[in-house]
Amino acid sequence: MTTNPKGLRARALILPLVVLACAFAAGCTSAPKQLPEPVTPQPTAPATTAPLETTRPVYAGPWEDPSNPLYQRTIYFDYDTAEIKPEYLPVLRTHARYLGTNTGVKATLEGHTDERGTREYNLALGDQRAESVRRLMIADGVPPNQLSTLSYGEERPANPGHSEQAWRLNRRVVIQY
Amino acid sequence: MPRYQRRPSILMAFAVVLFGFGLGFGAGPAQARLNIEVTGGVEAAQPIAVVPFGVSDGLIPPVDIAAVISADLARTGRFRPMPTRDMLDMPARHEDVDLRDWTLLGMNNLVIGRVEADGSGYRVSFILYDAFRGDQLASSTLVSTKAGMRNTAHRISDIIYQKLTGQRGVAATRIAYVTATGQGEGQTVTLRVADADGYEPQTIVSSGEPIMSPAWSPDGRRVAYVSFENKRAAIYVQELASGRRELVASHPGINGSPAFSPDGRKLAMTLSKDGNPDIYVLDLTSRELVRLTDHFAIDTEPSWSPDGQQIIFTSDRGGSPQIYRMGSGGGPAQRISSEGDYNARASYAPDGRSIVLVTRVNGMFRIGLIDLDRGFRRLLSNGSLDESPSFAPNGSMVIYATIHGGRGVLAAASIDGGGNQRLSQDSGEVREPAWSPFIK
Repeated sequence: MTTNPKGLRARALILPLVVLACAFAAGCTSAPKQLPEPVTPQPTAPATTAPLETTRPVYAGPWEDPSNPLYQRTIYFDYDTAEIKPEYLPVLRTHARYLGTNTGVKATLEGHTDERGTREYNLALGDQRAESVRRLMIADGVPPNQLSTLSYGEERPANPGHSEQAWRLNRRVVIQY
Repeated sequence: MPRYQRRPSILMAFAVVLFGFGLGFGAGPAQARLNIEVTGGVEAAQPIAVVPFGVSDGLIPPVDIAAVISADLARTGRFRPMPTRDMLDMPARHEDVDLRDWTLLGMNNLVIGRVEADGSGYRVSFILYDAFRGDQLASSTLVSTKAGMRNTAHRISDIIYQKLTGQRGVAATRIAYVTATGQGEGQTVTLRVADADGYEPQTIVSSGEPIMSPAWSPDGRRVAYVSFENKRAAIYVQELASGRRELVASHPGINGSPAFSPDGRKLAMTLSKDGNPDIYVLDLTSRELVRLTDHFAIDTEPSWSPDGQQIIFTSDRGGSPQIYRMGSGGGPAQRISSEGDYNARASYAPDGRSIVLVTRVNGMFRIGLIDLDRGFRRLLSNGSLDESPSFAPNGSMVIYATIHGGRGVLAAASIDGGGNQRLSQDSGEVREPAWSPFIK
């Protein structure tokens, strides 16, 4: 079973700011900061009047290209926590920078959990995970109206297994464009 | 105070269209039903003989009433019905009964009965005997439609059960549950309501998106649930008889954990529209929405005390999920779970003196029962991922979700250790059971 130092538990507002400060301080992260390729925002369907529409447009975007840093759209969490691991800060900053530049693009932050514990608690935990990412991105300059959150709790596992092998893949936030 | 806003009618229209799928009333025989196995605890059970009911000439009743009653009584864990093949005689009338025969076979109680035509329906009469004392403990005649014959049998079971145990029976109650087949995008999730013995399943709603957290109204006529059919969580309240439903919560963020107040007028729920999962109460008539908790931790899974005065809920405000209690109008919350580092999804027993919950023991998620007077916890299950416990309305049993053979199934455990059952479908997962209240 995963150990989870409770003192480090993500508390939605405070922790992302701490993490952010850490990110700016450099040295906290080992991965080189990559700048996303400048991308012209594609005028996709006017999403303003259809907030529930998540049908993917024919044109996808740079996140579909495996050679683009935006390709990595999933970050993973430890058990029963919404704390963002430092190793995922570069990924999130890449997406934040892209969204900050391309103000016509919207993203849904999809929070998920593993199957352990109760379904409604996990729905809330998935919400907190998505919210942690949202706050981090807003602090990183993304206008709030470009971001929405959606928790699926444990209802949509990436891997349906009942082992830690599966669970670690299921505790995640996916950035959906 | 924030007020609930009705969503534009486009959503309601969508709901009505989608609901067309859900009108599975009359549940054809092809529909998957729950199979029930009694998995133990029959040692202390009382022997009883339920003799196959007599029928008038030429009549072929649609249901073997005695078999349904025997199965109902066996499932309680408190009775051990005699197999028909062991019966030496099958009386259907009082004048044909010789109770000495049955006492020699070790039967404490005997049930006989008859089915007669009554217009387009049936008239079902029965007598319950105390075989040793020679008394008639109960006798009655019930009028039934053809379609209502199983229900009539369940009502007879409940009369027998109450007469012999002093406790109201639950054979004529129902169970709501969620089934899932397939994975990911190809998944079909269905909310069903079936009789307590798994028969007569009725589809409430079916979707390719998750459906969660069914909760009964106290009159047993409506079910609230969470559906992602619009690609995000929303709470609906649906009337079972008509299929009419209403979208009651579709705020940004999560809309979860619906729980009817004991008077049926309010719905407690979890919303994260204000930035964090907190408990709210929606007045179903006035649409006033009141926020009960305001904490940066997770607050969810509200459950009302039977008198409606208090709400218990799950919160990780102390660093791990634990059960807290507050007044049903909000105010300070006190932690009431003490043992263990994961306690969640608690609900009150019908008498309000204990709660059932999910508790983690050595890394295993199990169903626990906490005696509120003594603070004492005991375990009712022994799986590793058990969840969603729900009390039978007479407090005798708890139904919950578990994994058996790698597959999601339901199980029921009796509170006094009497009997256990397993409920499964031939294929797919079954989860999130909610036992109905008594149905009038």
